[in-house]
Amino acid sequence: MDKAALKERILGLVPEAEFQENKQFPMFVIPPDKMHALAVRLKEDTDLSFDYLFCLSGVDMLKYFEVVYHMESTTLQHQLVLKVRTADRENAAVDTVCDIWRTAELHEREVYDLLGVKFNSHPDLRRFFLEENWKGHPLRKDYVDEVNIVEL
Amino acid sequence: MKEVINPPAVNIEEGEYHINMGPQHPSTHGVLRLVLSLQGETVKSLQPHCGYIHRGIEKMCEKDTYPQIIHLTDRMDYLSAHINNHAVCLLVENALEVDVPERVKYIRTILDELTRIASHQLWWCSFGMDMGGQTCYFYGLRDREKILDIFEESFGSRLLHSYYTPGGLMMDIHPNFQKRTKDFIKYFRKKIKDYDYILTGNIIMQERTKGIGYISKEDVISYGVTGPTGRGSGFSCDVRKHHPYAAYDKVDFREALETAGDTFARYMVRMHEMRESLKIIEQLIDNIPAGDFSAKMKAVIKLPAGEYYQRVEAARGEYGVYVVSDGNKSPYRMKFRSPNFSNLSALDHMSRGYKIADLIAIGGSLDYVIPDIDR
Repeated sequence: MDKAALKERILGLVPEAEFQENKQFPMFVIPPDKMHALAVRLKEDTDLSFDYLFCLSGVDMLKYFEVVYHMESTTLQHQLVLKVRTADRENAAVDTVCDIWRTAELHEREVYDLLGVKFNSHPDLRRFFLEENWKGHPLRKDYVDEVNIVEL
Repeated sequence: MKEVINPPAVNIEEGEYHINMGPQHPSTHGVLRLVLSLQGETVKSLQPHCGYIHRGIEKMCEKDTYPQIIHLTDRMDYLSAHINNHAVCLLVENALEVDVPERVKYIRTILDELTRIASHQLWWCSFGMDMGGQTCYFYGLRDREKILDIFEESFGSRLLHSYYTPGGLMMDIHPNFQKRTKDFIKYFRKKIKDYDYILTGNIIMQERTKGIGYISKEDVISYGVTGPTGRGSGFSCDVRKHHPYAAYDKVDFREALETAGDTFARYMVRMHEMRESLKIIEQLIDNIPAGDFSAKMKAVIKLPAGEYYQRVEAARGEYGVYVVSDGNKSPYRMKFRSPNFSNLSALDHMSRGYKIADLIAIGGSLDYVIPDIDR
């Protein structure tokens, strides 16, 4: 499916989705409550069949967090990028997609560890790199590191 | 203080016990800690515990300029240093729409493939040692040394090169580079046969790897397992084929695919890949076009505001760089999609139901580099 056809298809599934211009991939912002249902359709529908989630990242956008999903179909060879914005910073939470793409399990743990975004109904949401008693989430823009080796 | 063993989330059954493998264990190839849940000798499940060498590279990138970031990418998967550098360079070049000279593309492709061979050689020798064959280690390191010598002569470093810069290369190749590379191809074509004599045909090694650590194609895709590990299960995921970059669209090579999905299949994929890499280098080494070794770049590199993603095929799988730029000289957010991170997530699935001794073979066939997982 090319960019225009994918745009039509996604907007047909989620009319509230917001299309973003990008040179490489078709990119959409999806409301958080619609993401899980859309992800199921993306994987199951034969004309979409996005079976390979190759990247899952979290971005601190100061007022909210963005979770970015890069996905590809290994059979149809098309790519898609979805973004989900959390409502606020304090209770940032997004539905997990690790029941759809297993690779999301560790990626979501990493995002939770470094950015503090919670993933609803994740089977094992613990810190991944840092210790359990670590204070704060380092990839947040307002994180203060007392011994900053970059600025020394 | 953190407790020594984090209790796993599952209920413990009678006769089940937990042990730590690592963080200091010869077959984890670095500081990776696996908490194994065992029934007798059989692995019921395992949990990876990472972060022993987490350096916060993604956070550091937010303060650094793009040429500085290249030096950090070396330190992730240090065995595919050139390829990691390549990803950042390509991302910057594509974002700024810089035309890179053909000479640069050819040299980069040759060096990427030399890196891949060197990395697979080190995998082969350590995999042999995991299987109990100490001889392999000396054979592999002896041949890898030849590649490192070429690197050292050409640009002064053996492991962490940082030789690629946005727009081209740090300096031109050494006059001896082509001759020595051709000598190496001739040398290694002979020596790789020894690899088959020593290990591939060895009945002990085959008994320990065939049918061990099976993972299906569907699971491999779902877990995002790429590189030789994914191709061992029949997942065609070679970025060089599907999204060609540098000079890969000009060369003829075969994507090594196996369908068995076990440890031996992953072994065979890497053996094929070394031969394919030799083939790629052979096609390019005599045809390096004359010209500049770098395109003209501005002194301060600023990416236009927006989002960029670049994929390359590292020695262990798909390596991705995701950048959110706000138009400054440092990225607003930089994320590295490291192949080892996703490959590790499948280790639990792959090793369930096998013995601890099999886990060593499965881990060896994943070929993980821990700094790439922890970043």
